[in-house]
Amino acid sequence: MSVCRKRCRRQLTKVGRYFYRLLTGTLAEDSIEDDFELSTVCYRPEGLEKLLEQTKFTKKELQILYRGFKNECPSGVVNEETFKLIYSQFFPQGDSSTYAHFLFDAFDTQKNGSVSFEDFVAGLSIILRGSINDRLNWAFNLYDLNKDGCITKEEMTDIMKSIYDMMGKCTYPSMKETAPSEHVENFFQKMDRNKDGVVTIDEFIESCQKDENIMQSMQLFDNVI
Amino acid sequence: MAAGVAAWLPFARAAAIGWMPVANCPMPVAPRDHGKRQDELIILNVSGRRFQTWRTTLDRYPDTLLGSSEKEFFYNEETKEYFFDRDPDAFRSILNFYRTGKLHYPRHECISAYDEELAFFGIIPEIIGDCCYEEYKDRKRENAERLMDDQEENKDNKLPNMNFRETMWRAFENPHTSTMALVFYYVTGFFIAISVITNVVETVPCGSTPNQKDVPCGERYTVAFFCMDTACVMIFTVEYLMRLFAAPSRYRFMRSVMSIIDVVAILPYYIGLVMTNNEDVSGAFVTLRVFRVFRIFKFSRHSQGLRILGYTLKSCASELGFLLFSLTMAIIIFATVMFYAEKGSSSSKFTSIPASFWYTIVTMTTLGYGDMVPKTIAGKIFGSICSLSGVLVIALPVPVIVSNFSRIYHQNQRADKRRAQKKARLARIRVVKTGMSSAFLHNKRNGLFNELLELPCSEEVEQHLSKTASLLESQHHHLLHCLEKTTAHEFVDEQLYEQNCREGAVQSYPSCSPSLSSQEGPTGTCCTHQARKNPLPDASVPPTCQGALQELSAVHIQCSDQPALSTSRSSLNMKLDDTSRLNCKSGLITTAIISIPTPPAVSPEGDSQPLTSPSMQTIASSNAVKVSTL
Repeated sequence: MSVCRKRCRRQLTKVGRYFYRLLTGTLAEDSIEDDFELSTVCYRPEGLEKLLEQTKFTKKELQILYRGFKNECPSGVVNEETFKLIYSQFFPQGDSSTYAHFLFDAFDTQKNGSVSFEDFVAGLSIILRGSINDRLNWAFNLYDLNKDGCITKEEMTDIMKSIYDMMGKCTYPSMKETAPSEHVENFFQKMDRNKDGVVTIDEFIESCQKDENIMQSMQLFDNVI
Repeated sequence: MAAGVAAWLPFARAAAIGWMPVANCPMPVAPRDHGKRQDELIILNVSGRRFQTWRTTLDRYPDTLLGSSEKEFFYNEETKEYFFDRDPDAFRSILNFYRTGKLHYPRHECISAYDEELAFFGIIPEIIGDCCYEEYKDRKRENAERLMDDQEENKDNKLPNMNFRETMWRAFENPHTSTMALVFYYVTGFFIAISVITNVVETVPCGSTPNQKDVPCGERYTVAFFCMDTACVMIFTVEYLMRLFAAPSRYRFMRSVMSIIDVVAILPYYIGLVMTNNEDVSGAFVTLRVFRVFRIFKFSRHSQGLRILGYTLKSCASELGFLLFSLTMAIIIFATVMFYAEKGSSSSKFTSIPASFWYTIVTMTTLGYGDMVPKTIAGKIFGSICSLSGVLVIALPVPVIVSNFSRIYHQNQRADKRRAQKKARLARIRVVKTGMSSAFLHNKRNGLFNELLELPCSEEVEQHLSKTASLLESQHHHLLHCLEKTTAHEFVDEQLYEQNCREGAVQSYPSCSPSLSSQEGPTGTCCTHQARKNPLPDASVPPTCQGALQELSAVHIQCSDQPALSTSRSSLNMKLDDTSRLNCKSGLITTAIISIPTPPAVSPEGDSQPLTSPSMQTIASSNAVKVSTL
């Protein structure tokens, strides 16, 4: 109730001020006070030593990573819009926003809507310096959209569609509507051992370890940083 | 790809791991990063100011100088830095571009200097950020307009081999180029004035006869006015036809505004001639006479201010359109309101809405004739609101038009001023250039003089020589010397050349070379029919123009060294005799050389001296002058 009254009073003072200004002829100045309400978000990561402990990167690598990160995001955090924008620069032909959204969720481990440098570096550490199992875990986490420990067909279809969206329209051979779902079927046939319609983490890791191609490709990007 | 995003490429590649488990086929091999080096600091030394940045920062834009291997050309081994001999202030914004991905244009920088810097570092100016792009484009447009003005003036120079038609067109467009054109210009101007005055005076009532009321002069002195009109129209027709003939593109000329005005000005006369006393169309004929007033627009060829005004109105067309539109809207609104407000009152002049238009227009433009006034109170209130808003609506677009006019007018004034200053500027530049060429001749004389005499040079002369001849100068002179040797001709200065031409006519004294004293293209020599091709023997002293040069050298001696004048001259002469004899002996001499009479200074000294001394004196004075300017 008191909140209501306070708001009412604020509105009344605003109206009164407006009429006063109208009569006396001063130009609108209230926009300045509105600006003060916005605070610039500036986030600073933990110290270098702490990050060294938490991740598997060397000091120099962390320095390089942070410089690049800070250059692009001076405020210290990436929000989803920026994330999507950056990712879309790499895939100009297609629509990468959905996959970027999934990626963002995978990196944003604290679920606060923004990726700080620690999240960023933690994710990269797993992908680039982690063991095969860690990486497979991370991939599973990416696919498991609701983070309930198993991948359903719907989740997989979403992921597959987002990946195929990145290709865009102009492909050879031309993209069929059923391509993602066919691919999902293929995937489930390979991964789902007990044919219960969902893929659990163990099924996933087991199946992947049996596949030579997947094992090899998981190590493809080791030298990225 | 935007460079800032290049920093995120490793991340995007790492995130590709998400595709791996779903892929059905093996992945391609990743490119190896050869010689993966640690990120290192690069030092960029720009004219002494050191900038440091990471190598990867520069690598973001591989199609620029700093991002590619082109910068290796500027690498300095000793100091282990990249040295650029450019403007360090402009370099700041260029380096910031690498750092932030945005190129800014510093406002205090000259636009062409900045463009040069960008071109040097391989950055296209289109990527200037939005914050600075407008300013950059404005400045560039201004600069281009200025340069365009200068170029247009260069076209005024008379091109050789212009046929009659082109000459005529040039005369029409630029009356100041020839007297004929000027005369024509003034004559047409005069006749335009006469024509306009005639039109005006025609309608003045002049003197009433007892039985008739005042008649306008046109009806009283019909013949006179008709003759005057005919004469003017003759002149205008001839002018128009001549312009049409001379125009480079007749179609374009016929479409231009000025030609349309010309046609409109003379057509009524011819139509009037054709349509004789046909009563039905005489009314139309009278209307046609109105078009004669368009002759006054022909003055715009004569007045620059009028042209500027016309150009301004054309360029402010949108503002004028807006003004008209808003006025129309306001007029309609207020006319309606006034009509309904005044409907009640009796004997109201506001009989209809269109009738109220007149009141609204008169009120909004604050004219206030007073032939229609509102009588009701409501009408008066709305009338006052109408006049207040009229002031506002008209006052708003006017400053835009005014500023446009001011800008164009000042631009024109600047162009005129520049044109006036240009001549003086060019003259001054020419003086400096002739100073340069005469420096060469001066040095040549000095060199020859030294070689010839092999006298121990006095100290001050040597110092003087070493002072004046910098390495650059001496190399330039060597170059000119090589050219002389190649073409078997020599440079002489203008006066000497004219001298030789004159003397050549008198003494059959072959002047040696077509001289190139001024830097404008080679002018034909007047003595070519006398000059012979003289192959140069291998003596270091070119014998072809020995005569002239000896003359010069002799004179030079005369200027600088007063003592032992005669002896030196005689020794010089003896030297000359020796060398000429030597040349004779060498057998390389062609008939031409033999036919060179020994220079007047050499042979009978006594009697030839007075002959040549005045010329030498003049040369001396000119040379003295030249020496001092050097």
